[in-house]
Amino acid sequence: MVDTSGISRRTVLRGGAGAVFGLGSIAALKGFGTAGLKQDPATCTSTDVSARDKRFVISNWPLYIDEPDKGYHSTLQDFEKQTGIKVSYTDDVNDNSEFFAKVKNQLGGCQSTKRDMFVLTDWMAARMIDVGWIQPIDPAKVPNLHENLIDSLAQPAWDPKRAYSAPWQSGLTGMAYNKKYLKKPVKSFGELLTRKDLTGRVTMLTELRDTMGLIMLSQGTDPADFTDHQWAQAMDALTKATSDGQIRRFTGNDYVQDLSAGNVLACEAWSGDIANAGDDNLVFVPPEEGMMIWADNMLVPNLATHRGNAEKWIDFYYDPHNAAKLADYNQYICPVKGAQQAMEKVDKDNVENPLIFPTEETLKQTHRFMALKEFQTREFERQFSNVTGV
Amino acid sequence: MAAITAPARATEDTAKRVGGGRWTAYWLLAPGALWLLLFFVVPFYSLVSASLFDPNGSVLTGYDVTYHVGNFGTAVKNYYPELLRSLWYAGLATLVCLVIGYVLAYAIAFKAGRWRNLLLVLVIAPFFTSFLLRTLSWKLILSDHGFIVDLFQKVHILGSDGRLLNTWFAVVSGIVYNFLPFMVLPLYASLEKIDGRLIEAAGDLYASPFTAFFKVTWPLSLPGVVAGTLLTFIPAAGDFINAQLLGGPGQRMVGNVIQSLFTSTQDYAAAGALSVILMALIVGLVLVYIRKVGTEELV
Repeated sequence: MVDTSGISRRTVLRGGAGAVFGLGSIAALKGFGTAGLKQDPATCTSTDVSARDKRFVISNWPLYIDEPDKGYHSTLQDFEKQTGIKVSYTDDVNDNSEFFAKVKNQLGGCQSTKRDMFVLTDWMAARMIDVGWIQPIDPAKVPNLHENLIDSLAQPAWDPKRAYSAPWQSGLTGMAYNKKYLKKPVKSFGELLTRKDLTGRVTMLTELRDTMGLIMLSQGTDPADFTDHQWAQAMDALTKATSDGQIRRFTGNDYVQDLSAGNVLACEAWSGDIANAGDDNLVFVPPEEGMMIWADNMLVPNLATHRGNAEKWIDFYYDPHNAAKLADYNQYICPVKGAQQAMEKVDKDNVENPLIFPTEETLKQTHRFMALKEFQTREFERQFSNVTGV
Repeated sequence: MAAITAPARATEDTAKRVGGGRWTAYWLLAPGALWLLLFFVVPFYSLVSASLFDPNGSVLTGYDVTYHVGNFGTAVKNYYPELLRSLWYAGLATLVCLVIGYVLAYAIAFKAGRWRNLLLVLVIAPFFTSFLLRTLSWKLILSDHGFIVDLFQKVHILGSDGRLLNTWFAVVSGIVYNFLPFMVLPLYASLEKIDGRLIEAAGDLYASPFTAFFKVTWPLSLPGVVAGTLLTFIPAAGDFINAQLLGGPGQRMVGNVIQSLFTSTQDYAAAGALSVILMALIVGLVLVYIRKVGTEELV
C-alpha cells in the first residue's frame, strides 16, 4: 500500500473534483468572448416587401415630430393619407450610445431589428455606416432629398454623397440661462467655466462632441481639427471646472427642468429644447466663441423589409411644405431648401426664426467636431466619462 | 393468500407516496436549480469572463478571452476613489438607517398598540410607487429654492448660496430613504419576538431601563440588526440611481462607473473587472462582519 500520510481518500477525491471543476470553469470562460460585429450591407440583405405590405416602422427621439391636434393634421397623418402606408412610429431613441447598445447584437449578427428606419446623430450614423449596418438609399427614389437638402449638410465626410443617410433635423448647441434668476446674462462659453457667481449653478451636456467642442472653441481651438495636446488642454479645463464644483451636473435632455426651477442659472443647451420648453424666462444664447452644429440622420438598417416605404418617407419630408410644418413644431434647423418660403403659409411668425432658418452669418459661426478613429473614440470617451460620470 | 398480500402492497404504496421515490427531491429542486443556472450561473460566468477580456478588443471588433488578469489592477488603479466612496456612502447610510430604523421598529413593536399594523403598512407603502419616481421627488424636496434649503439658510446651517441637491448629503439621504424599509422590517421581526417579561425581570433585578436595554433587548435583537444592516449595505454599495439623480460629478459611486463603462464607453473588460471586484469586496466584507458579530440565526 502507498502511504497517504493521513490524507484520506475522500479528501483526495474532493480535491480532485474541485480542481476539475476549477479548470473546467476557467476553460468555460473562454466561451463567453464576443464576436466582431462588422457586416456587409451587400450580403446581409432581405427582400423588399414594400409594394405589397404597406407598412413602415420607425424609431425616433422623443418630441421630435408634430402631433395631431383639433383641426390640425400632423405630417405623419398627411403621409399616411398620401401614400396609403401605415406608419408605426415609436420614440424610443433617448441616447445614441444607449440605442447602439440596444441594436448592436441584432445588427452585428445580421439579424433584423424589426425596424425600417431609425434616427441617430452624425457621429453614431457614421459609426454604423462604417461597420456596414446600414442599407444604401436609392437616389432615384428620393429626388426631393438630393434637390432640396441644404448645402451645408449635403456632403459630410462620412457619407459624402448622402448615399446612406438623410438628415431629419439639424440643430445648434450653445448656452441658455434663466433670466428670472440670473440678472447678468452670459455671453461667452468661457464664463460658464469660470464665473464665480455661477459656481455650482452650471450644467453641461453628456454629449462629448458638444461639450468638448464648445470648450475647445472657448480656448481658440478648432474642434474640427485638433491635436492630442489641444484635446488634453480642453480636458484639463473640464476637469478643473468639475473638481472646483463649478459644474454641478452633466445631463441629457433633462437639464431644462433644473434650469426652469432655478437650480441651474446657466447651462450648455440645445437650441430647440429652449424654444420648446414653454418657459419665457429661458433664453438661448449663441456663445461669442461660436456654436456646435449637428444633425440627426434617418438611416435604413440592414434587413429592414420596407426600404421602398422608407424612401417614400424621406422623399415626403423633403417636400418644402411638409418640412415647414415639421420645423414649425420642432423649432430645430430645417434641412430643406424652400421650406422658408413654404413657412409663409404654415406660420408667418417663424419665417424669420433664426433657430429654424439660420442666416449665412449664423452658420459661419457654427462648427463641427472632428471625425474620430475607433481607438480615439474609446480613449476620449473614457477620459470624458471619468470626469462627467456618465 | 391474496387477502394477506394486498394490504402489504397498499402499505408499500403509501410509503412510496409519502416518502417519495429516490429522485423526488431532485425533481422538486429542478425548477429552482434551472432558474439559478439560467439567471445566476450563466450570467456569473459571463461576467467573470468579461473581466478577463483582452483590453485591446472593442465591441465592434469583438472581445477575446485572453485571461488578462491585469484588468483588475487597472480597474482598481483607475477607480479606487469611486470604490472607496461607495463603501463610505453605503456604510454611513446603513448606520443612519440603523439608528432611525431601530427607534422606529422599537416603537412599532412595543409602543404602537393597536396602531401597529397600520404603521407597518405605512413602512411598506412607499413600495407601491416606483423607486425612480420617489428618488426624483427628492430633487424637488432638496431643490435650491425649496423649503428645506430656505430653512437651513435662515438658521445659518447653510451659507446664503449653499445647496443640498447634488451634494453628498443628498446622495446619502436618498440611499437612507430608499433602503430604510429593508432595515425596519427585519428589526421589527426580531424585536417583536422578544418576551416582554425578560425586560420586566431585568427591572426586578435592579437594572436601570438603560442597562436593561443594553443587556437584554439589544442582544436579543442582534439577528435583526445583522439582517437589516446586510440588506441595506449590500444594495446600497452597488446603487447608482441615487448618485446619478441626486449627486454630481463629485459623488460618483462605483455603480455609476460600471454603468457608464458598459453603456457609453463600452469598455467591457474594465466594466467586468470592476463588477467582479465590487462583488468580491462585498462578499469579503460580509463574511468578516458575520464572523465578528457571530450570529448564526439570521432571523
